Amino acid sequence: MSTITETRPVTLTAKDFATDQEVRWCPGCGDYSILAQVQKIMPGIGVPKENIVIISGIGCSSRFPYYMNTYGMHSIHGRATAIASGLKASRPELSVWIVSGDGDSLSIGGNHTIHLLRRNFDVNLLMFNNQIYGLTKGQYSPTSEKKKITKSTPYGSIDHPFNPLALALGADATFIGRSMDRDPKHLQTMLTRSHQHKGASFLEIYQNCNIFNDGAFEIFTEKSTKMEEALFLEHGKPLVYGTARDKGIKIEGLRPVAVQLGNGVSEDDLWIHDEKDFYKAQVLVRMFDDPQQSVHFPRPFGVFYETERACYEDIMQMQIEETIATKGAGDLDKLLRGREVWEIAG
Amino acid sequence: MITTEEVLQDVVIKFAGDSGDGMQLTGSQFTNNTAMLGIDLATFPDFPAEIRAPIGTLPGVSGFQLHFSSNRIFTPGDDCDVLVAMNAAALKVNVKNLKKGGKIIVNTDGFDARNLRLANYPDGINPLEDESLTNYEVIKIDVTKLTREALKDFEMGTKEKDRAKNMFVLGFLYWMYNRNMDNTINFLTEKFGKKDTILQSNIKALQAGYNYADTTETFTTRFSVEKARMVKGNYRNIMGNQALSYGLIAASQKSGLQLFLGSYPITPASDILHELSKHKAFGIKTFQAEDEIAAITSAIGASYGGSLGVTTTSGPGMALKAEAMGLAIMLEIPLLIINVQRGGPSTGLPTKTEQSDLLQAYYGRNGESPMPVISASTPSDCFGAVYEAVRIAVQHMTPVILLSDGFIANGSEPWKFPKSDDLHKIEVKFKTELGDHEEKFQPYLRDEKLVRPWAIPGTAGLEHRVGGIEKQNITGNVSYDPDNHQLMVKIREEKVEKIAQFIPEQKLDNGLEKGKVLILGWGSTYGAIKSAVNELLAEGYEVAHAHLRYVRPFPKNLGDILKNYEHVLIPEINNGQLIKIIRDKFLIDAKGYNKIMGIPITKGEIIDEVKKIIEEE
Repeated sequence: MSTITETRPVTLTAKDFATDQEVRWCPGCGDYSILAQVQKIMPGIGVPKENIVIISGIGCSSRFPYYMNTYGMHSIHGRATAIASGLKASRPELSVWIVSGDGDSLSIGGNHTIHLLRRNFDVNLLMFNNQIYGLTKGQYSPTSEKKKITKSTPYGSIDHPFNPLALALGADATFIGRSMDRDPKHLQTMLTRSHQHKGASFLEIYQNCNIFNDGAFEIFTEKSTKMEEALFLEHGKPLVYGTARDKGIKIEGLRPVAVQLGNGVSEDDLWIHDEKDFYKAQVLVRMFDDPQQSVHFPRPFGVFYETERACYEDIMQMQIEETIATKGAGDLDKLLRGREVWEIAG
Repeated sequence: MITTEEVLQDVVIKFAGDSGDGMQLTGSQFTNNTAMLGIDLATFPDFPAEIRAPIGTLPGVSGFQLHFSSNRIFTPGDDCDVLVAMNAAALKVNVKNLKKGGKIIVNTDGFDARNLRLANYPDGINPLEDESLTNYEVIKIDVTKLTREALKDFEMGTKEKDRAKNMFVLGFLYWMYNRNMDNTINFLTEKFGKKDTILQSNIKALQAGYNYADTTETFTTRFSVEKARMVKGNYRNIMGNQALSYGLIAASQKSGLQLFLGSYPITPASDILHELSKHKAFGIKTFQAEDEIAAITSAIGASYGGSLGVTTTSGPGMALKAEAMGLAIMLEIPLLIINVQRGGPSTGLPTKTEQSDLLQAYYGRNGESPMPVISASTPSDCFGAVYEAVRIAVQHMTPVILLSDGFIANGSEPWKFPKSDDLHKIEVKFKTELGDHEEKFQPYLRDEKLVRPWAIPGTAGLEHRVGGIEKQNITGNVSYDPDNHQLMVKIREEKVEKIAQFIPEQKLDNGLEKGKVLILGWGSTYGAIKSAVNELLAEGYEVAHAHLRYVRPFPKNLGDILKNYEHVLIPEINNGQLIKIIRDKFLIDAKGYNKIMGIPITKGEIIDEVKKIIEEE
């Protein structure tokens, strides 16, 4: 009788990724949808559950690991990115996901975020952007718009906000995308793409805080305005938007121009999205209602930019392997002995 | 003329010059040469914080003190027998620590009008020409001129030739102490082998210095120091930060854990990062993080993944890491935080030593956050201390702080290095599967040591979540329950206290088991206390010395030892830190001796203090 037991691949479902812990976000919070989409895509990404680690910092979003039946750590404010760097550097085979908010990863943890991106660890950074501090009950965040009235800005915020994707591109991120809590299909696609990308993926997810900043992204998520205000990027396709898909973006020199289709302007005249084009990505991330810009643009969603660059953890491992290949594995006795030894006879 | 030879027992030389004069190299070459002869030694480099302070000024003086002896010695020496002064500033800074009758070897070129002005000598005053040095034997050499002369055939600029001045001086000293120069020639060949002109000019200057001493009849006597009577075995010279690095590598090898160092450069700890980053052949991963916080949190990430996570820093960086240390306490995972202390607060005195951070290590975190604290006493003791710190961290699932300081880090001494086979194995067990009666993994279910299991990502069936929020005992689920918080605070404290059952009892280093004064020390005061107690005992004083390696928890018999003496004296290079903890824990009227000058406590100061205590009775 054969002693070999056949191991059949177990097909997991979203439920297998849920924990027995009660989910404690406010009713109506956008985080519920993001959690649901993450749980939905997990069975399909081809990674055993035990090899998935979710690391978060502090903030509403950072409760996330408690609700995922994988390995997880709810760490300290702003440091999830740095913890993930150490974990990925030491265990390159793990699938490491960072869940963070706009305050966590752009304010208190801003430094670690940019360094994680430039080093290009193969991790996925999900940045839930609600443009407010929720857990501390309603102060403005580094992505809140100017003049915003909050508990700490009763006369209106005087802070110029971050443009998160421009920041990520500036830090040489190798994958930059944007999605939203209220478009589950799109979010699932973006999550999967983030996972598939080899390198640091920066995915900004617009997330509604219905308590302290309700409706911040309404124009992009509500049916009545979505098609006019949101521009969905597809690789190799022209930049078309509008309820009647009658508008588009052209590029003139270094500037984007919003045009009405028809009257001699066809889709052939429009900007064709190329995820690999670094220079066009610079323009795309700037379509961001910059008050300096005179024209109003729709807000792009999708993969802005993706490129290949060697990952930190792989080069780190390679240096070790090359050293061992050329010099041999370390010899502790040789090390301790050093070069200049003398003997004291008894 | 015939030179005679005089055998000395004990010599202290201070090499001092401008920070560009190469005094650290000269000192360390003479040290290695001394070590190879089996002479006992201890060194103390003392350099400015500035990389290149203004040339010729007092803050620009760089020094290297070497104490060598045919007796066992434990400190770099209080005062010097020989001072090498390459310029006026070096003389001014160091002459006060020269013994009466001591020798001063000066480079006269460093005493021109400009150098005298930069060293703040009044107009028209030159210490080489007035009466101020009559108590010393002054040997005047125009090192600059002689070196240029020796190198006249070399096709190189004057500036480059002047760089070999230190080799001339070294050669001179090698003659004076009757040494063979092979080790330095080998060193130069390795360093400059590919740059032949520089190599040859350095060797030429070295030989010129040696020959100059030989032919000018500067001395009628050459000196030698015999081998010290040390324990039989093989020795090498080692610096503190180097010993720390080797201890970490050894602990990684003997525990089977991959070593991960997350670090941000900071004086005087950076050399550990430099050293470990060389040894990739041991599979070590070193990560120069973007800041101190990322340095420790990346190490936490690595520990969480099953590596030996280590971070190295000094006082200011320690302060920045405090919150993350609290996280490691809550996660209950192994982590090693190495603090090579320096003068504080704030930026303080980056290149000067101080036992500045014991209270920070003990108490410097939010909430009730106990952590074991281990302290290294001498450069070579760093090896054993860090090895123990790793053992405690991985076997008790706790972050551990290891304290060293600038004096130990840059000082050196002979080390009877161990064989790898003689090092005990560090047993580590990961949890790999559910036990027979376990339905679900309980991450905070504890063993008899109150230690929780280490289950690392990648282990099927043990998926679980950890975090900084208070957690329910056993399950690890988030819990705000009042009784549970009290229970967890007590458990975390007891877990650390229980370590006292797994460390050796405190031993007296030296002295009587009962008596008048016990000197209780920790860290780099070891050598000074040891030497002081040796002398006091010889003079008939009833004293003893106990030195702590385990600072938290204390060895379980420490209280009993303290009771055996009428007085307990605690010398510290700070404003009184261990003394507060000892008074708190044992309710005794311990006395402090505190020196907060950025320099070590000396043997003499301790002797005086003990005599004062006994006479005041």
